[in-house]
Amino acid sequence: MSMTIAEKIFAKASGKKEVDAGDVVMANIDVAMTHDLTGPLSVEAFEKIGVPKVWDPEKIVILFDHQVPADSLDAVTNHMIMRKFVKEQGITNFYDVREGVCHQVLPEKGHVVPGEIVVGTDSHTCTHGALGAFATGIGSTDMSMVFATGKLWFKVPETIKFNIEGTLPDYTYAKDVILNIIGQIGADGATYKACQFAGETTSNMSVSDRMVMCNMAIEMGGKTGLVEPDQKTVNYLKNRTNKSYNIIKGDNDAASLEIMDIDVSDLEPQIACPHNVDNVHGISEVEGTPIDQVFLGSCTNGRIQDLRDAAKILKGNKVSNSIRMLVIPASREVYTKALNEGLMNIFVDSGALVCNPCCGPCLGGHIGLIGPGEVSLSTSNRNFKGRQGSSEGEVYLSSAAVAAASAITGKIEDPRNL
Amino acid sequence: MKGKAWKFGNDIDTDLILPGRYLVLRCESDLAQHLMEGADPEFPKKVKKGDIIVGGKNFGCGSSREHAPIAMKGAGISAVVAESFARIFYRNAINLGIPLIEIKDISKHVSQGDELEIDMEKGILKNLTTGEEFTIKGLPGFMRNILDKGGLIPYLKEEIAKGEL
Ligand code: SF4
Repeated sequence: MSMTIAEKIFAKASGKKEVDAGDVVMANIDVAMTHDLTGPLSVEAFEKIGVPKVWDPEKIVILFDHQVPADSLDAVTNHMIMRKFVKEQGITNFYDVREGVCHQVLPEKGHVVPGEIVVGTDSHTCTHGALGAFATGIGSTDMSMVFATGKLWFKVPETIKFNIEGTLPDYTYAKDVILNIIGQIGADGATYKACQFAGETTSNMSVSDRMVMCNMAIEMGGKTGLVEPDQKTVNYLKNRTNKSYNIIKGDNDAASLEIMDIDVSDLEPQIACPHNVDNVHGISEVEGTPIDQVFLGSCTNGRIQDLRDAAKILKGNKVSNSIRMLVIPASREVYTKALNEGLMNIFVDSGALVCNPCCGPCLGGHIGLIGPGEVSLSTSNRNFKGRQGSSEGEVYLSSAAVAAASAITGKIEDPRNL
Repeated sequence: MKGKAWKFGNDIDTDLILPGRYLVLRCESDLAQHLMEGADPEFPKKVKKGDIIVGGKNFGCGSSREHAPIAMKGAGISAVVAESFARIFYRNAINLGIPLIEIKDISKHVSQGDELEIDMEKGILKNLTTGEEFTIKGLPGFMRNILDKGGLIPYLKEEIAKGEL
């Protein structure tokens, strides 16, 4: 029987020869990730089950990224709960406050390889599908089941395959492609489905760009994002992982496969406007909108390529006096690279604030909140009401290049104008 | 169960249900004090035990934060009725033992403050204010089991004791 990549991964994980979309399977979990914000609830739920030890301390990855360094007594209490759990359970893959955002650190440190089932108590766990794994966000109670048993039930999803073709015009990026797709199919357009990105444009994308695409699969309701592994995937993993893996690819004639063709040759920079990610407009419709803060960072666009794209535009320019700009590298590795490449000098000289690797204002829980009536332009993935602070604030989403251009003029700016 | 309906629109995301700045909280009753605050700051004061939340399509989209359904549990919400649910929220709520009911076009048939009665056994939701009745689709078997046991943890405890897992 022909199967999609998602079906093949679930068949393997549940010890079956074949599975069909719609089947409910009990799958063995390869990687279970939790962090400082959703981890404590997972630990509490696990303790309620009454199993003394986790199923496999080496398959659990715990890191702190949402509130680092701790900004309140509540936050430090959460950190302490997790440190204690790590120690008691002998969890080997633990990254305290210093490594960065989970969805960047996991691939960087080689925790994710093709064909695996990766779960995380974070909805953007779908990012890891960029490496050809089936990766999805779960809640804390589901995680407690994984901690206790190493298993979780899943309904095998159908797949939407986005065949993306065409050369991206200058100043358009993976972020513009995914915003455009979400704008087309809507915030619930892919609910319960695996969103597979394919076609020539995807093949030409770097693994980082593929992560941008997969990261936002959840914003159209997707259960995961997926890209079939290829030579780029293998190259990315070289020197990062010592896990063995098999490359799993899907069959084009699988029954549960729906295909959507996307042509990006005429794409202009895309902006998601308040307060929904699917409220997407071409930049020409919104340029000139005054802003108060620019946030360059997050698990969507806080990677080295994003910092390079932004620095190129900011070099020799100043961040407008009417706004503040926050630059937050997604990980320590990204931070170090940016330092070595001189990008940090450019940011600091321009008047941007550079912060330690963390989620920052992305979820409105830590640093850099916006106040009532303020407008944020952000390279992150969500613009829900109240997402970055006040529920009377507004969040626009864009690529790193648009963020940098806008920081200079203090309003939403098309980088092609500069 | 019987309760007053609190109506919300489409795409009610988890940031509206429980804003990010409260994710540091862990206790059910603390979280309940901020339930739906993003959509209606007065909601935690107005809501009563047993009340029912009614939403449009894609209810619960966004984050995997279980804080959102935990806050509902803390506030004593007896069920959430919506036209469709986002998947992580759906799992999380069932795992906590909160009944989720999907009914097409329900927003058109319920107004703010209507009295609703839900009979899960018979599979019927009745709007006592208007007299209209709706059929509730049954949950898939294993999810029904989880809900019947009061959530995933009691379910797991039983399965583990039986040696099933
Ligand atoms: S950067 Fe934002 S979206 Fe990504 S994990 Fe952190 S809070 Fe979530």
